[in-house]
Amino acid sequence: MNTTENKNIIQINDLVYDYIQDESGTTKRAIDHVSINIERGSFTAVIGQNGSGKSTLAKCMNALLLPTEGTVIVNGYDTKDEDHLWDVRQSAGMVFQNPDNQIVSSIVEDDVAFGPENLGIDPQEIRKRVDSALESVQMGKYKKKAPHMLSGGQKQRIAIAGVVAMKPQCIIFDEPTAMLDPKGRKDILRIIHELHGEGITAILITHFMEEAAQADRIIIMNRGKAVMDGSPREVFRSRSELAALSLDVPLAVELRHALNAKGLDLSEEIVTEEELVEAVCRYR
Amino acid sequence: MSIQVKNINHVYNKGLPDETAALVDISFEIIDGEFVGIIGHTGSGKSTLLQHLNGLLKPDDGQIIVGDTDITASGASMLEIRRKVGLVFQYPEYQLFEETVAADVAFGPKNLGLTQEEIDDRVRTAIELVGLDYDDIKDKSPFDLSGGQKRRVAIAGVIAMRPEVLILDEPTAGLDPQAHQDVLSMVRKIHEGDTSIIILVSHNMNDIAQLSDRVLVMDEGRMVMNGTPKEVFSRGDELEAMGLDLPDVTCLMRDLRSRGLNVPTDIFTEYEAEQAICKVIKGQEEKA
Repeated sequence: MNTTENKNIIQINDLVYDYIQDESGTTKRAIDHVSINIERGSFTAVIGQNGSGKSTLAKCMNALLLPTEGTVIVNGYDTKDEDHLWDVRQSAGMVFQNPDNQIVSSIVEDDVAFGPENLGIDPQEIRKRVDSALESVQMGKYKKKAPHMLSGGQKQRIAIAGVVAMKPQCIIFDEPTAMLDPKGRKDILRIIHELHGEGITAILITHFMEEAAQADRIIIMNRGKAVMDGSPREVFRSRSELAALSLDVPLAVELRHALNAKGLDLSEEIVTEEELVEAVCRYR
Repeated sequence: MSIQVKNINHVYNKGLPDETAALVDISFEIIDGEFVGIIGHTGSGKSTLLQHLNGLLKPDDGQIIVGDTDITASGASMLEIRRKVGLVFQYPEYQLFEETVAADVAFGPKNLGLTQEEIDDRVRTAIELVGLDYDDIKDKSPFDLSGGQKRRVAIAGVIAMRPEVLILDEPTAGLDPQAHQDVLSMVRKIHEGDTSIIILVSHNMNDIAQLSDRVLVMDEGRMVMNGTPKEVFSRGDELEAMGLDLPDVTCLMRDLRSRGLNVPTDIFTEYEAEQAICKVIKGQEEKA
């Protein structure tokens, strides 16, 4: 492994992905020459309208889709290299939007054990991993329950535990909160932050700007291209560009802008609600 | 058109070990022209309540009167009820099934025994009302559309029934910000049209606060609040205890207030927030 591979868990180099649209073989370009590196241990949010290529990008990151052109290297393995398919999937796990589509067993702990079992791991080790994965999503006491008896948020936590039990270095969350109620959403978000705190590289695809504002880095996709890439501060500063991409900005940014237009002088650095409250309270 | 719900109860799995009281002594009234929001966390009984309003479920006791029809009476015509009360489920796009958009939207009206001409007219009007271009979209397969478009087609299918009451269960869930705004303006437009009552169920408190004339709050099968958005969202502590959110602007105002700023906490829009903050800051400047 060379030094860039050491630093970056995922290296996407000039990636193109074309979908085949109909029987006659016409294609539609979903990813259009994207190059991105994801640093180990980082927390990246990917935002963009529906159809912008966010989910396709995510699927290219764990070899669910293979590049039409360019390369995707995950933890040193080329996703096109079939011999290392499982190394890729074990390095970068994926959590999808709909928890119902990800649960395979009728008992919670069996579901979580499914991934490690397929890796051929020793049963005693599986037992340990399942217990610790369920603890990490605070679902330990539900391990003997049937998944269909759980709420959407609880099911999503089981799906996350199933990925955590694979001990991935990176987890890609593809709109994991889109189908959940506010409480479920908060729980999942807290768990994502906790997993990141434990050293897992997190990639969060989301429509919620408040969720994206909590990441270290935001990548904005539009028509298959990565059009913006920077810290939340940098990205949300470009309010008019975001509006042109039909994206919202967080309430704090919107209000800060409106207040400054009325003659106040609030810092352009304000992105979160706490920062706005602080700035308004100190305003003299 | 009005809706009266009088003391309804509903118990799931009665007599079994997992017996659950889903609705407990619910009473409320919705008057002609009202836009009513219903909030409550998952499992609070919202969906069970909606299914009673268009006759999919019957209460164990109590009465529901829609217009001048008692829909809980034995022998009540279900077809008549469903024609009056349209229910759009969560993720309605999963229910699309026809080969073309026009055929899918026409499915409901066809069952009403209308003439072909009348059906075509309703389909066109419904598709236009949900903000899609009829000529452009009518022959497309619903499965080739974007998520937001699919959802609007599914809603058009219910609107084509010309219901007097339209119930929408989480119509914006899972949509991107642009599609979310499109669906909201569509709902406003429908309310300005022939549909006299709209009932919106949502977890998105910003939408509920800005659209509703009145908000009903469900908790553990009971209706615990019934008031204007200002009345309901000013009881932030109680809502939080039930696991419910507040509109983003209201949250911000509460934070400012807890830090000693004299701002109102019963406002919901960015514009109101901007006005309130300006006023407070200008006030401080004058004092200084």
